[in-house]
Amino acid sequence: MGLSSSFFGQKFGISERDLDRYLGQALDRGADYADLYFEYLATSSISLDESIVKSATQGVSLGVGVRVISGERTGYAYSDDLSPAKILKAAATAACIADSPSKVDTVGLTPTLQHDLYPVLRAPIDQPLEERVLFVKRADAAARFKEPRVIQVQASYADSLRHVLIATSDGKLSFDRQPMARLNVSVLAREGEGTPQQGYSGGGGRVGLDFFTGSNSPEAYALEAVRQAIVQLTAVEAPAGESVVVLGPGWPGVLLHEAVGHGLEADFTRKGTSAFSGRIGQKVASELCTVIDDGTIDSRRGSLNVDDEANPTRHNVLIENGILRGYLTDHLSARLTGTQSTGSGRRENYQHIPMPRMTNTFMLAGSSDPEEIIRSVPKGIYCANFGGGQVDITSGNFVFSASESYLIENGKLTRPVRGATLIGNGPEALQYISMVGNDLKLDQGIGICGKEGQSVPVGVGIPTVRIDKMTVGGTAR
Amino acid sequence: MTETELRIIAANAVQQALFSGATDAECTLSDGSEFSVSVRLGEVEKIKEADSCGAGIRVLLGQKQGSSYTSDLTPEGIEQMVASAIDIARITEADPYAGLPEASELGQLEIDLGLYSPDTLSTAEKIEIAKRAEAAALAFDPRITNSDGASFDSHSGTRVFANSRGFLGSYRSSSCSLSAVPVAKSGDRMERDYWYSIGRDPSKLEAPELVGRLAAERVLRRLGARKVPTQQTTIVFEPRVARSLVGHIFSAVSGDAIYRKSSFLLDKLNHLVAHPSVTLVDDPNIPGLFGSSPFDDEGVPGRRHLVIENGVLKTYLLHTYTARKLGLATTGNASRGLTGSPGTGHGNLYLEPGSMTPKEIIHAVGTGLYVTELIGQGVNTVTGDYSRGASGLWIENGELTFPVAEITIAGNLSQMLENILHIGNDLDFRGSTSAPTLAIGGMTISGAE
Repeated sequence: MGLSSSFFGQKFGISERDLDRYLGQALDRGADYADLYFEYLATSSISLDESIVKSATQGVSLGVGVRVISGERTGYAYSDDLSPAKILKAAATAACIADSPSKVDTVGLTPTLQHDLYPVLRAPIDQPLEERVLFVKRADAAARFKEPRVIQVQASYADSLRHVLIATSDGKLSFDRQPMARLNVSVLAREGEGTPQQGYSGGGGRVGLDFFTGSNSPEAYALEAVRQAIVQLTAVEAPAGESVVVLGPGWPGVLLHEAVGHGLEADFTRKGTSAFSGRIGQKVASELCTVIDDGTIDSRRGSLNVDDEANPTRHNVLIENGILRGYLTDHLSARLTGTQSTGSGRRENYQHIPMPRMTNTFMLAGSSDPEEIIRSVPKGIYCANFGGGQVDITSGNFVFSASESYLIENGKLTRPVRGATLIGNGPEALQYISMVGNDLKLDQGIGICGKEGQSVPVGVGIPTVRIDKMTVGGTAR
Repeated sequence: MTETELRIIAANAVQQALFSGATDAECTLSDGSEFSVSVRLGEVEKIKEADSCGAGIRVLLGQKQGSSYTSDLTPEGIEQMVASAIDIARITEADPYAGLPEASELGQLEIDLGLYSPDTLSTAEKIEIAKRAEAAALAFDPRITNSDGASFDSHSGTRVFANSRGFLGSYRSSSCSLSAVPVAKSGDRMERDYWYSIGRDPSKLEAPELVGRLAAERVLRRLGARKVPTQQTTIVFEPRVARSLVGHIFSAVSGDAIYRKSSFLLDKLNHLVAHPSVTLVDDPNIPGLFGSSPFDDEGVPGRRHLVIENGVLKTYLLHTYTARKLGLATTGNASRGLTGSPGTGHGNLYLEPGSMTPKEIIHAVGTGLYVTELIGQGVNTVTGDYSRGASGLWIENGELTFPVAEITIAGNLSQMLENILHIGNDLDFRGSTSAPTLAIGGMTISGAE
């Protein structure tokens, strides 16, 4: 696709000459590199509470970010007005900040080769609102159907369509149309006058409305949320202390995101502030573990045809049979470390400087039967679902919070236990993985990752794994 | 744009909405500028500077409501926003409790809250301040071998709110902050920590050398951290982490959580919910502080409330919608961004200080854990279940001893509030929630066997 037929060419009349001029202004004070990131984002959301569609929102934001890099120094400015005068002013501001003796010129722009991972013909946001309203109403009806213990249901549906245009001083030109949709259901169940318990489910991705059928239907999400809340009604206190932990497949892959993923982002590793700095080639996990970050999976929430610096996303091997193989780099960290970008430069929107981020992070399947893994544990805990997590990348200590777990007693799942935080140390935790299941599953598509004030959509995945030692933060002795 | 121009845009947007068929409407505008610089190892690493603006509108069609937002404040942009809000309101359903505050509830505080003072520093001076903070941290001790940098950030902006019940208000605010993040090493283990200072203008900030030194002291005392055995003990929360407990109480007393029956403080109004020494105040009227504003995000003047008084829960925090749901009056706690409907917010929400110094508390506790950092989201304000990753220092014989990490602390918020043993005299406002040092008995540490 050429610029003239692209979204920004057509809607805002932006030409290659304009881009050259803006990049020229950005490089005017001397620099190694400059780029432009144009973004048009339209969003809509609908929320239901107490069986009433109480509110709905739609809106548009638009802007351009200009970045200038000189050595390790980055200047950044943005404008929410696409008039040439405002963009030139932003470019001049960014240039002045990066001010340096080195000098490059722009080269002619060539469209980058990129994937076509989400060829959604009609983005959800371009379809009638009524269809989407039905999703939240169906979820509500399903959650309340035949289950009198459900006392509250909230359902929300949100979608967006982002158009981006990226142009770089080293000649890359890229356009992308990035759809996103997500449906969430949260319920509260109560037994008599007891403590209410929450259940939560949802899913989505870079998909059309036809995604929300079958196992991704509003009814399926609602029933899953109800199931989780009902399970919690009989949950006992979680154990306190070190334990054998079995993670179920799918969302518990958040372990990888926290334990290793962040620590392998090259902005930290290149500065020597990550617990994984300088450990390429070393053993950081059991040999059963191969961990991948892959932004090229069709329709996934964490996938991108091209990253936010015009580099195509990739299938990146982070850990192979326990050995640390690679870091996740963006343009700057790749240049400073003499490597190629891994297509991991991402940003929340045009107001932010890109940095290395994960896309879809998962562990490859092993050979164990998941049932066998549970049977192998005399006493431990099985975690089926998680909430969020957090990591201190310097010490490597990380946590993630189990929202649905069970005691394992003599190789069998017995009583459900209440929510608890699990804690470990990144370079050590994966060494204790002694069995990996053959049941790799990716999450349902609701993950959000926060770093330095920027949120981006991500995915995770994991097969059933047995971890021989991890600290479980419950209250029961 | 000037404040007057913004006020006109907001008032016109409300008029346009009424003209287009809305029965009521409210418009929020914000216009601001941001600057940030980070330095690392003595060199500038990133500088960012930009202006941005945005508008949001909520319209009611009888008891149906919809909202929209835009970053385009031109007449065409505003027109599209209004049309879009009315368009989407049609797909919602009538909610008998939806609506704006009554005209009699609207108003604003007339005193000057001191929320704005002009930023007089040049970019070069800001860079210098950040460099001085980082340099002080790096020079403090040879074990500080690396740095995640130091930054100086500033922001200033104007907020305008107008509604169809006759309210039109605006105020300017500014803030700036300075932080330093040194990294220390011992053997093959590294640690990082930070310190920061925040003010309405640079003259209110702690000296860069102090920020650097405090960050350095904090990171050094983490070196050599180890796990402690799993046990029940007393936890002392330093102010930087104690304020997160105030945040959890806020979630549980906000009207949304109450009408949805999703709070561990449900049905507890006028009941003893905390140790009688606990008084929790919400006050949006304290000049200069970060939770202060002349009116809430529905145009209602905020007031000082004792949320918990001597351990007794005295009020929930409400905005118009949640107040109507609960048959009460708004407490002036509406909060919203540009998009969507108002939710619940707070002013300066803080725990009244006690009389003991932190040192006296540590001494009185004798044995336990002094927590300096908490990580993770393991807090359920529906059930009160609490379980978070922690690090800090072990207390032995009434003194701080060795550093502790890779453990969790757990309990239940209901019991934690009842088990507050000591409250420090060191209340310090570094944001809109604040708490002094707190000691809480009967918590569980999960660590080594």
